[in-house]
Amino acid sequence: MPDATFLDATELVINMGPQHPSTHGVLRVILKLDGEKVMGTECVIGYLHRGVEKIGENRTYQQFAPYVDRMDYVAAVSNGLGYCLAVEKLLNIEAPARAQAVRVVLTELNRIASHLLWLGTHALDIGAITPVFYCLREREEVLKIFENYCGARLTTHAFRIGGLQYETYDGFEEEVKKFCDWFIPKVDEYERLLTNNRIWVGRLKGVGILTADECKEYGVTGPVLRAAGVKWDLRKAQPYSGYEQYEFEIPTGENGDTYDRYTVRMEEMRQATRIIRQAVDRIPSGPIMGKVPKVVKPPVGEVYVSIEAPKGELGYFIVSDNSTQPYRLRVRPPSFVNLQALDRMVRGGLVADVVAIIGTLDIVLGEVDR
Amino acid sequence: MVTTPWESDITQLLKERFGPDITQFSTYLGQNFLVAKPDAVIAILEALKLELDFDYLVDVTAVDYPKRPERFDLVYILYSFARNERMRVKTMIADGYRPATAVTVHLAANWLEREVFDMFGIEFEGHPDMRRILLPEEWVGHPLRKELSILQQDDSWVKENLGIESGQ
Repeated sequence: MPDATFLDATELVINMGPQHPSTHGVLRVILKLDGEKVMGTECVIGYLHRGVEKIGENRTYQQFAPYVDRMDYVAAVSNGLGYCLAVEKLLNIEAPARAQAVRVVLTELNRIASHLLWLGTHALDIGAITPVFYCLREREEVLKIFENYCGARLTTHAFRIGGLQYETYDGFEEEVKKFCDWFIPKVDEYERLLTNNRIWVGRLKGVGILTADECKEYGVTGPVLRAAGVKWDLRKAQPYSGYEQYEFEIPTGENGDTYDRYTVRMEEMRQATRIIRQAVDRIPSGPIMGKVPKVVKPPVGEVYVSIEAPKGELGYFIVSDNSTQPYRLRVRPPSFVNLQALDRMVRGGLVADVVAIIGTLDIVLGEVDR
Repeated sequence: MVTTPWESDITQLLKERFGPDITQFSTYLGQNFLVAKPDAVIAILEALKLELDFDYLVDVTAVDYPKRPERFDLVYILYSFARNERMRVKTMIADGYRPATAVTVHLAANWLEREVFDMFGIEFEGHPDMRRILLPEEWVGHPLRKELSILQQDDSWVKENLGIESGQ
């Protein structure tokens, strides 16, 4: 009897990544296939592990702030906001009103930048080449505002514990307003390219369905949860940094499929613009920095503070032992938890859907691996 | 900023149900937590999920106190969509104690517990896939334990696999 040939094999185990372009960094997915059908997956992660939590235990509170930018590097401002809020909570202080308003403007701009990068790369993965150029063109304008504000484009370190380091530059408000006016027609333009595009709809509709109950079971948050029909956003549920003052809607989907996640994120960009418009009109005058000592020594205790980052719930759990360094600093990254649901979403689908689903989860491996 | 006792319908129900298994109900800076005996934790998580709507396990993590006899704090952070409320379940365990897995209650615990194992060396009893998640399988040591300094790494692994002297 001859040995079974390769062609006889019904199940095939192959590697996707870690250098595969559509895994958005260094994610390795081991796929078990039956023909084109996915029987199961296993994620291999940790290629970018830098020990951020250990570094946190060995730096003072202020020294650690720039490190958080390196986790979700496409939404560095959100990371910084979460960290600053957590330490402020531990110190039981609040940033001044002016600082809070500027924080909201920059964080929402960052949400737009993050979603734009997601849209561009996701469309590129699916096979639509054009949107990525458009998206990066608009993202560039956001990065220019960051650069003017704090000198950095990606790893911004825009906020400080207790407020802001820098006053806004001359013409900040006008530039942000100009961006908002200019940006909304661009979103319509993306929608014209994609929303009713037959190929786009065919590739996304009904792919990678995750129901609301499954989302809760897996701890999945952010646009993925909202696309499953759960109207939940931390900015509304437990407002921070003055979000309760602004009017905005929480977009939701119905089916929890990849297409719904696309529409939810598109609408989120519009809503973010709406928040920015309100916030930038109402930046109060006053100090930008609260009364924070040069050396921060929070009292003994522990807090968990989380924000709605572009990818989902980003939390910081900090234990203080009344020294200048955190005794324990835990980051609860949305990408890591959301990625866990990948197996559930791709099972029974096609190989090509795996690419679409990794894209729609919007993971950043810097945050998954920390 | 002091820790004050926490009382609500949640604590009432849990007190009736678990009695001496829960040793403390507290609030610090407006955040509620309870401290329970390690054996009771999974039953508490289950009761919280099924009867009090704490259906979202946000995070599982640990804190290392090497000088204490019960060396680790194991922390479960929970959230309830229906109540819009957050709480933490804490328990203290000794080194080598194998806490029961929470995967039976919340699927989200799978990777989170693997990370706790990877970083602290706490093995969860009954976990479906108790392996390292971020570090390589052959790595020696658990980096978030306090006895490991930030400069210390598994030199032999680095030498063998990366072909370099220690990166530090």
